Amino acid sequence: MTMTSQKAPLVVKDLTVAYQKKPVLRSVHIEVPEGKLIGIIGPNGAGKSTFIKAVQGLIPIASGETEIYGKPYKQQRKLVGYVPQRESVDWDFPTDALDVVLMGRYGRLGWFRRPGKADRDFALECLSKVGMADYANRQISQLSGGQQQRVFLARALAQEAQLYFMDEPFAGVDAATERAIIQLLNELKQQKKTVLVVHHDLQTVEEYFDWTILLNRRVIAAGPTHEAFTPENLQKTYGGRLHVLGNQVLLTGSAATEEASAQ
Amino acid sequence: MNIWLALQDPNTQWVLMGCVLLGISSGVLGCFAFLRGRSLVGDALAHAALPGVCLVYLLTGSKSIGLFLIGAGVAGLLATYCITAISRHTRIKEDTSLALTLSVFFGVGIVLLTHIQHSASGNQSGLDKFLFGQAASLVFTDVITIMLVAAVLIVITALLFKEFTLLSFDPGFGRGLGFPMGLLDGLLMLMLLMSVVIGLQAVGVVLVAAMLIAPAVTARYWTDKLSKMVLLSGFFGALSGVLGTLISTQQENLPTGPTIVLSATAFFLFSLLFSPRRGVLARMARFLRMRKKVLREDVMQALYERLEEQTKSRPTSVYHGFGAEQLAQKCGKRATAVRKALYDLQKLAFVSEPSRTEVETLWTFTPEGLKEAHRLVLNQRLWDLYHMNQNQYHSLEIDVNQEELAPQLSDATLSLMLAQLNAYDLTPRLSDHHSVSHLLHPSKQGGLSL
Repeated sequence: MTMTSQKAPLVVKDLTVAYQKKPVLRSVHIEVPEGKLIGIIGPNGAGKSTFIKAVQGLIPIASGETEIYGKPYKQQRKLVGYVPQRESVDWDFPTDALDVVLMGRYGRLGWFRRPGKADRDFALECLSKVGMADYANRQISQLSGGQQQRVFLARALAQEAQLYFMDEPFAGVDAATERAIIQLLNELKQQKKTVLVVHHDLQTVEEYFDWTILLNRRVIAAGPTHEAFTPENLQKTYGGRLHVLGNQVLLTGSAATEEASAQ
Repeated sequence: MNIWLALQDPNTQWVLMGCVLLGISSGVLGCFAFLRGRSLVGDALAHAALPGVCLVYLLTGSKSIGLFLIGAGVAGLLATYCITAISRHTRIKEDTSLALTLSVFFGVGIVLLTHIQHSASGNQSGLDKFLFGQAASLVFTDVITIMLVAAVLIVITALLFKEFTLLSFDPGFGRGLGFPMGLLDGLLMLMLLMSVVIGLQAVGVVLVAAMLIAPAVTARYWTDKLSKMVLLSGFFGALSGVLGTLISTQQENLPTGPTIVLSATAFFLFSLLFSPRRGVLARMARFLRMRKKVLREDVMQALYERLEEQTKSRPTSVYHGFGAEQLAQKCGKRATAVRKALYDLQKLAFVSEPSRTEVETLWTFTPEGLKEAHRLVLNQRLWDLYHMNQNQYHSLEIDVNQEELAPQLSDATLSLMLAQLNAYDLTPRLSDHHSVSHLLHPSKQGGLSL
């Protein structure tokens, strides 16, 4: 712990990802500070999800390396927790909420070993942290979208990681879940954990995140939210699609409407 | 009796043992293939195995199952490679490349098989049994090989249960945990291939895939837990293996494959119809119950709201109740349906017919019915209010899938909502039947003016 806290939780060097021929992300350099909530924002197709997948080695990369607390990613896997997009799995799978959360323990268990009583208790605790203890034995298809998202969060908590990646945890959830998630994120922050969140809603960026990474195939800006999340940077990230009025952000059709309104 | 005699025969006992283990291992593995969305892969592997088996026979002239395993394995791997290579390097999607590979390999296999049949020693080769399977043709060493391989497959599945669960539920997450998902996927493929190959002689190329899928699908109907599903699937697999083998040994020239598959299908059909939660009949019954309940509630609400209008516009007038036609108009349903619901409600003593004109029967609530209707309407309107003012109430933890709202609310919120209802003039006021006794269950004369 003493050693890890000296190094940055995540350093990404020269990361390039290409699907077929077209590069999706080009030479991304990033170093994030410890104990912050970090929002990753950018337009559709900007490579936000690709970024967090590539960093974790879930998809092949063309170049680049990732260091977690000063060591290569592969040695530090146990320090990383992951919340994939909810749509990435089949929710009709024959399993209940508790068993899904238990999957978060699998990495620590290693090969062949089955989760025991201690793991079950811990998983249940994680479920109750997201307010889902009552649903532990519910088949996962019987949960609402927000509840499914919370189960995924509880699973990430069960990983007991230091650094978390979350892929659009706020997408399509009810307001109660959104608040539960934010509360949880703040708790994680207090425990000096670092959380990177792919986020869509520009309105809540300033409220939720200490740090912001603006991404559109490359890093446009990264830094404390008040420095990075500026109208100029947003303009650079979203191009003509974004309209900035004072502290309000509006999405508009094209650059043409911008000119029209300027007249 | 005949079956009893057959069971005494040590050879049959061995064959049965082999089929039981075969059924268990393919049932267990089939679960993961099914959940991973690989249901067709078993079929492709089985069809691809045929040319491998034929080639081995042509090259060595031996019928040892061990050698066949190798031949079928190589052919299966080649087929697997073709399937993934075609879908990766061309624009052809996976289902098409699967169908393509399957039929090409099977075609080659049939050509080779025909060639063997017509060659000198071919007639005794018994390779034609590989098409539809003949459990009776298994010899002792075959059964030993089958049992060994099946046991190995079962043990590996038990050991890697957790890893295979990850692979079939969320491979991306598994990769994040550091498990080599590609390797596990390959291993699962290899295991599927092995279970197909040991099933070839007993069940046959054409139908061996059914041994993988049918028990798994059947088991899915009876449980929502993977561990139970895997056990059940193994059980169904073993059972259909035994049944199929027994039936086919009773009959001359009855191939084992089809009988095993037919018994597996019988279990499947039974589950499809009668499974208590997922079965077709249970679903239909649930749906019909639901429809009836909604109809009743709608009719109660319509009657309640009619009464409400009545008391608002003419609070003290003499009043006989409402006809089914009027209620049908109010809630927009067919009058016959409304009439049926009213008779149902009458059986529940929620409504009664105070008077019968020549044209139609007039209905009103009994005191209990009014109480029930009040509860229904209040709940309905609270929900309406909740949805109307979702911004105000979004901080509450409400499960919108539950039927009743009030029990989910704190007293403070409930009274706030009730006040709000009042402000909208939506409070259902007809709760206490004393205040409206003239509307309810009136005396035989048909109503009492206050």
